[in-house]
Amino acid sequence: MEDLAVKSTAAALAETAGAGHNWPRNDGIELDLSWVVDQRVNLSAAERRVATLPGRRTVKKDAQAAWLLRAVTCIDLTTLNGDDTTERVKRLCAKARQPVRQDILEALGMGDRGITTGAVCVYHRFVSTAVEALKGSGIPVAAVSTGFPAGLVPHDVKLKEIEASVADGAREIDIVITREHVLTGNWQALYDEMRDFRAACGDAHVKAILATGDLKTLRNVARASLVCMMAGADFIKTSTGKEGVNATLLVTLVMLRMIRAYQERTGLKVGYKPAGGISAAKDVLNYQFLMKDELGREWLEPDLFRIGASSLLADIERQLEHHVSGAYSALNRHPIG
Amino acid sequence: MSVARYFDEMSYGPAPEADTEARAWLARHNSLFGHFINGAFVVSASGKTFDSYEPATGALLAKIARGGREDVNSAVAAARKAQGAWAKLPGHARARHLYALARMIQRHARLIAVVEALDNGKPIRETRDIDIPLAARHFYHHAGWAQLQETEFADQVPVGIVGQVIPWNFPFLMLAWKVAPALALGNTVILKPAEFTPLTALLFADLAAAAGLPPGVLNVVTGDGETGALIVEHEDIDKIAFTGSTEVGRLIREKTAGTGKSLTLELGGKSPFIIFDDADIDGAVEGVVDAIWFNQGQVCCAGSRLLVQEGIAPLFYERLKRRMGTLRVGQPLDKAIDMAAIVAPVQLQRIESLVAQGMTEGASLHQPKIDLPEGGSFYPPTLLTHVQPTSIVATEEIFGPVAVSMTFRTPEEAIQLANHTRYGLAASVWSETIGLALHVAAKLAAGVVWVNATNLFDAAAGFGGKRESGFGREGGREGCYEYLKPKAWIGRKLRSAPAAPVVKAAAGDFSMPALDRTAKLFIGGKQARPDGNYSRPVLSSKGKVIGEVGEGNRKDIRNAVVAAQAASAWSSATTHNRAQILYYIAENLNARAAEFADRIAAMTSASAAGARAEVDAAIARLFSYGAWADKYEGVVHQPPLRGVALAMPEPQGVVGVICPPEAPLLGFISLVAPLIAVGNRVVAVPSEQHPLAATDFYSVLETSDVPAGVVNIVTGSAVELAKTLAAHNDVDALWAFGSPELSMLVEKLSVGNLKRTFVDYGKAIDWMDRTAAEGPTFLRRAIDVKNIWIPYGE
Repeated sequence: MEDLAVKSTAAALAETAGAGHNWPRNDGIELDLSWVVDQRVNLSAAERRVATLPGRRTVKKDAQAAWLLRAVTCIDLTTLNGDDTTERVKRLCAKARQPVRQDILEALGMGDRGITTGAVCVYHRFVSTAVEALKGSGIPVAAVSTGFPAGLVPHDVKLKEIEASVADGAREIDIVITREHVLTGNWQALYDEMRDFRAACGDAHVKAILATGDLKTLRNVARASLVCMMAGADFIKTSTGKEGVNATLLVTLVMLRMIRAYQERTGLKVGYKPAGGISAAKDVLNYQFLMKDELGREWLEPDLFRIGASSLLADIERQLEHHVSGAYSALNRHPIG
Repeated sequence: MSVARYFDEMSYGPAPEADTEARAWLARHNSLFGHFINGAFVVSASGKTFDSYEPATGALLAKIARGGREDVNSAVAAARKAQGAWAKLPGHARARHLYALARMIQRHARLIAVVEALDNGKPIRETRDIDIPLAARHFYHHAGWAQLQETEFADQVPVGIVGQVIPWNFPFLMLAWKVAPALALGNTVILKPAEFTPLTALLFADLAAAAGLPPGVLNVVTGDGETGALIVEHEDIDKIAFTGSTEVGRLIREKTAGTGKSLTLELGGKSPFIIFDDADIDGAVEGVVDAIWFNQGQVCCAGSRLLVQEGIAPLFYERLKRRMGTLRVGQPLDKAIDMAAIVAPVQLQRIESLVAQGMTEGASLHQPKIDLPEGGSFYPPTLLTHVQPTSIVATEEIFGPVAVSMTFRTPEEAIQLANHTRYGLAASVWSETIGLALHVAAKLAAGVVWVNATNLFDAAAGFGGKRESGFGREGGREGCYEYLKPKAWIGRKLRSAPAAPVVKAAAGDFSMPALDRTAKLFIGGKQARPDGNYSRPVLSSKGKVIGEVGEGNRKDIRNAVVAAQAASAWSSATTHNRAQILYYIAENLNARAAEFADRIAAMTSASAAGARAEVDAAIARLFSYGAWADKYEGVVHQPPLRGVALAMPEPQGVVGVICPPEAPLLGFISLVAPLIAVGNRVVAVPSEQHPLAATDFYSVLETSDVPAGVVNIVTGSAVELAKTLAAHNDVDALWAFGSPELSMLVEKLSVGNLKRTFVDYGKAIDWMDRTAAEGPTFLRRAIDVKNIWIPYGE
């Protein structure tokens, strides 16, 4: 990341967490089928963990404001609609540069931290627009790709789409997997597909969207997570935002445990991105608690944690204003994104 | 700390629950509490008090009345006065009272939760999210039993006045478990909360009075062990219900022996937590958190003994240790913690000393490097590995946040290790293979088994243990029976001591003599001579010697118990198989009915018709239990989760039976048949005066396909043989019918392994009366209900 202010955050992190941001990239490993099919997830036990989490972890007052600001830095500010236009994308990019009103940041003592969102996430058509709009900010542009959201276009078209987005300046590519491979247990096909996507991305980081709402069972989620990591995913991501069920704490728990298991075996850190359905500040805190408790402090930073969201930021802004003013806020008091 | 600092560190800040209302409630009472007797708070007659502290800080919370004899007396008097009217209320009226209590708990839930956290030191999350909602649920559920009592328990009446002594680990939940069923079913209560944690019981009394509970129905007497002893020993109390340590449970069993007081004991445990190599390992790790770091491990059913399949042990320990590092220990009212304070310094010291001893015995200690609050009683989450079964930490209940762990190789070894304990409260089994999980669940000696889960509770599913974890159940229909007694037994009269007939010497003559016949003992399916090789004469009612039976002794009992233990296949025989055999016994007895009638007439003063009636009743009784054998089944509970809890009746194991002096055949059959119908194996001591009907009976058993060792018969002195059986630690239960002294010694001597006892205190049952002498009244005492919780889903 080039942005000076973000670097200062990184420096502070280095002091407190004892590590910097340059984790080695996950280049993947050979497909280990026995490890994949060995995965077992007990639904009731997982649900219980998730259900008791809000009673075990909470943050209040200054801590809460800080955690929410940290969440802002992890947001992939997203627009993925059929009616997107260049002006709409530019407006979003402006919001990404200044996600929280400067006076609120000042009141929080965070005015000099250069708080921005983690990325801006758009369709390929708007990659160059966003790159241009974000020039100098250090904020990367992420492009959804590979026939997003269903992922059913021809494989070579998918690879071409990735290459085109990278050529336009996207530094992150959010690919969708072919759900059929998971639903039919064709792990080799999933692995090969993901390997190709990763190769096509080159230096751009690749986030593998599992579309967990389509995979249905936690066992499928666990296995797909593992295969995508073996094939070199930099991030694993829950959903496109277009499935019937998108990010939940339950699938998050399972995916985080897979990230941990992958690290146990390879030493490599893979990032996590929940997307879709996280629209309230109190919801995002629970995701952060899970990240911290299941994976550790490092996974609260944008290089290992992203949140795919469009309306979450507005709620966080209101909460932050409430924190500094003591009065409940309103949406129209914060610039639109 | 500033926002910027939190932003950099991403640490959790303090998140305290307010205690304003709780402190205000204490202040309204000037932090000084009397007993709650007859609907009002009263000071101790002695004026004595004791101090209650806040475990998290050591600060004084309140001064509490110390109950003495006069206080207990006045509480008992108030309860006695109220009981008649309370029991006479229509069930619907009691249901309304219970409902009001449930609603009242819900309306004041946060206040109760905060007071509980302050007084006990446990996290507010647990009191708020677990203890108090479960308590409210318990009152709801039992409001329902009150409503249904007249139809569902038509053949039962309330026990009467109940003394309830509850522990400090779940002060309010245990109150609910005790008070709700007692009141619902028409009993009145004297409750003694634990010395460390009396406050929520007093708050409950305060709120119950406001909710309109009539005076005397619920009385709360505070104090220490001495106060508890006064309640236990009070002669006008009809039942004692105790939850606490096995040690104190034993004392209570001894103190109440022979008094006729009904007794339920919920005692300690060392519950296994078994992780197979096909388990969801992360799920199981989280299960351990809920098993042993719930309530700082101060849980009688805590999964404190981890049994890990050897192949996955290194990975499991690695993940468990990592998880331990993310646990947070803090102030009870902090809303962002996993564990809070140990209840008192003395408990903390006990934990420390047991762990130290475990380490000198070779255990490896792991405690995460996490912060503990300053001051107060805190102990970190702890894992002891490399623990051998011989170590004190593997056998003793630590009652703290300490998991001990060992490995196993096969399911059989897991079951063996799990069951190799004096306790039998709960167990947890983790495997994603349904066949394996249910197989192991069925084999575990425990009152509650959780499959892929732990520490789940519900008012509809009975809770309670086997072995030295106590007897009786709390919750569900089986829990209701603990507060009821059969209507049919109300009129039982004390038997008169049998007049010993004067032996009349019979002179021989020159007619053809009767063919001499030697009645032997019947052990392990074989006729056996008594070990001592002495015999005792059997007299007719006229004093004529009509035969001799073996004088059984300790070693005969020992041999019979060995044979009965070896016949364990009977307990897993199909119910159809057991039913068939009971019918077949009846068939073979029927074929020899006349002979048995003659024998009964010869031994007793029964008329020929009376003797024949006894034989016919015995045949019918065998049919009844043949009928019950495949119909006395469990139920499927639907607790509030996606899953089921299977309430399975399980045989108790090896049961001694001291048959009543009267009804030599029917008495024997009435006790042995229900026991074997549900799969127990029996060591029976026939009527001491009239044993020949039972010794004749072994040849009926021999011709009826009864497997060897299922029924063993040892003749001799009822009292002497009862002593051996009562003290025998491999006998699981003892039924004894006879003199009041017999009941007393059986109960007293049963404390070794806390075997279940079923005695009559010298009050004879009319064995010819089916309503008093047959059916579920006996079957319920022949089984323990095991609840197997099975959450499901994919």
